[in-house]
Amino acid sequence: MPPPRDAAPSGSRTAGPDSPRRAAPAIALRGVVKRFGAFTAVDGLDLDVPEGIVMGLLGPNGAGKSTTMRMLTAQSRADAGEITVLGHAVPRAAKRARALMGVVPQHDNLDEELTVAENLEVFTHLYRVPRAHRAAAVQRALRIAHLEDRRDTRTDKLSGGMRRRLLIARGLVHRPRLALLDEPTVGLDPQVRQELWGVVTGLRDDGVTVLMSTHYIEEAERLSDEVALMAKGRVVVRGAPADLVAAHAGATVEEFRPGPDGPDALEQRVRAAGLASRRTGAHVAVLRAEALPPSLRDTLGAGDARAATLEDVFVALTGEAVE
Amino acid sequence: MTRTGTPTAAGAPPPAAAPPGRFEFAPVAAVLVREWALYRRSWKPTTFAAVVEPVVMLLAFGVGLGSLVGIINGQPYIHFLGTGIVATSVLFTSMFPGLIDTYVRRVFQHTYDGMLAAPVDVRELVTGEAAWIAAKAGVYGCAPMLVAVGFGLPASPGMLLVPLIACATGFGFALAGIWMSALVPSIKTMDYIMSGLITPLFLIAGTFFPIDTLPPWAQAVARLNPLYHCVELVRGAVFGLGADDLGHLAGILVFAALMWCLAVFQMRRRLID
Repeated sequence: MPPPRDAAPSGSRTAGPDSPRRAAPAIALRGVVKRFGAFTAVDGLDLDVPEGIVMGLLGPNGAGKSTTMRMLTAQSRADAGEITVLGHAVPRAAKRARALMGVVPQHDNLDEELTVAENLEVFTHLYRVPRAHRAAAVQRALRIAHLEDRRDTRTDKLSGGMRRRLLIARGLVHRPRLALLDEPTVGLDPQVRQELWGVVTGLRDDGVTVLMSTHYIEEAERLSDEVALMAKGRVVVRGAPADLVAAHAGATVEEFRPGPDGPDALEQRVRAAGLASRRTGAHVAVLRAEALPPSLRDTLGAGDARAATLEDVFVALTGEAVE
Repeated sequence: MTRTGTPTAAGAPPPAAAPPGRFEFAPVAAVLVREWALYRRSWKPTTFAAVVEPVVMLLAFGVGLGSLVGIINGQPYIHFLGTGIVATSVLFTSMFPGLIDTYVRRVFQHTYDGMLAAPVDVRELVTGEAAWIAAKAGVYGCAPMLVAVGFGLPASPGMLLVPLIACATGFGFALAGIWMSALVPSIKTMDYIMSGLITPLFLIAGTFFPIDTLPPWAQAVARLNPLYHCVELVRGAVFGLGADDLGHLAGILVFAALMWCLAVFQMRRRLID
């Protein structure tokens, strides 16, 4: 139930013409800056996450994704800007915001000596689930994690996939309205990753807002209603994955093997025609290849055409173009 | 920019209803729940170490050295020592967990990062961790005294105060350990604290010999040692309280309050960036 507030989180700033949604966003970041010494991890970040969507946060290492996540729980304090989470100003009223959100950390910090159920039980206390609802909350989390038959297994006896499912379910024991997932599938087998995708879709079906950072572009593309592409502490572009692909990579991408004059020359010719390109190993991939002029195409030799993907957008916008 | 007042989310009121910034006991209790769950797994080795070490020390010094020393301050040496080693036991069962367990949980296990993502603030976390260690110190600290009772120390009602004294002292030393765990740059540097601080703390506290046998400068140092005040207060509770004991109590309480501030400050610096 999205709150029917047409609120701007702060007085002097009104909801801009670019925000048609009437409901207050679940997360609002305005001009957020975070520095560590001379290094600026987050550099004037603006991001709204509407309630009820899955937002994928994509970006290369060091783009500021994890720092952004930590600022939402006030475990990292912004040097400038404003942060509002579920209507609560952060860090001032961060405790209230934290009570309403569930966090799945990047680093596994389960208590290894405790059983599966005990790990969940401890978090029902930390998240203040009322006494009468604790047993049901643990049971529900076990079901989310598909660990009902492992409730009395010590955590150090679980497989990597089971641990990660438990870590996710632990952040959901209190039925949060907002879930922050920081690289939830990093280092997992493809099979296990697919299992976790089901959890994320299930959350969305329950109306939970999800902010998920990931390195796996395909995962973001598959799960997210919208993705925000971060680089150097800012959001470079955001939108529905299909829209971003259409806008920045077109319908098809064609990969060409460079001739004797090398890949640089090939890319120069493509760019001279107003098209973007990226490297895929030894090949040069031309984005929006459907717009290649026939005269140019004839000089490039035989290409391999394929559908454009979000990865093409990612590399084109954060890899070469931003540098 | 103007503030629009405290924003409230629509729908159900949030569970954390206290005004922002207020110290709450619910998170402290949650930290204790976790400790209890862990303790149920580890109570055997923990209890063994916490009881056997001071008792062996008591028997070795009390019986061995006691045959040479005889009577000290009007008491058989093993009674003098049995009451004093309560403080040693408190120091070991509070400062080491505060120092080492807290360091491991913060740096290697990332436990506190997980807890601080829940509606728990650093000072509630630190209070909970120290309170748990203090409760254990309060219980385990009585072991040497009970052994001394077996060696003829007359039981007295004042002995009922000893767990409370041990608990208050343990709270202070647990916080001291937590503070230092957040000060040290690496786990290896803890050796400086263990050898350079803990060893003199426990030797210059009046546990094994009255501090008035020391040169005046060392007596002055001993009076700054919170463990000395614990030793004296325990002996006061067992052998009869005097006016001095109010001063010893104040020493312990001031120490604990100071350590709470330092531990919270330093842990906050390490956990919140």
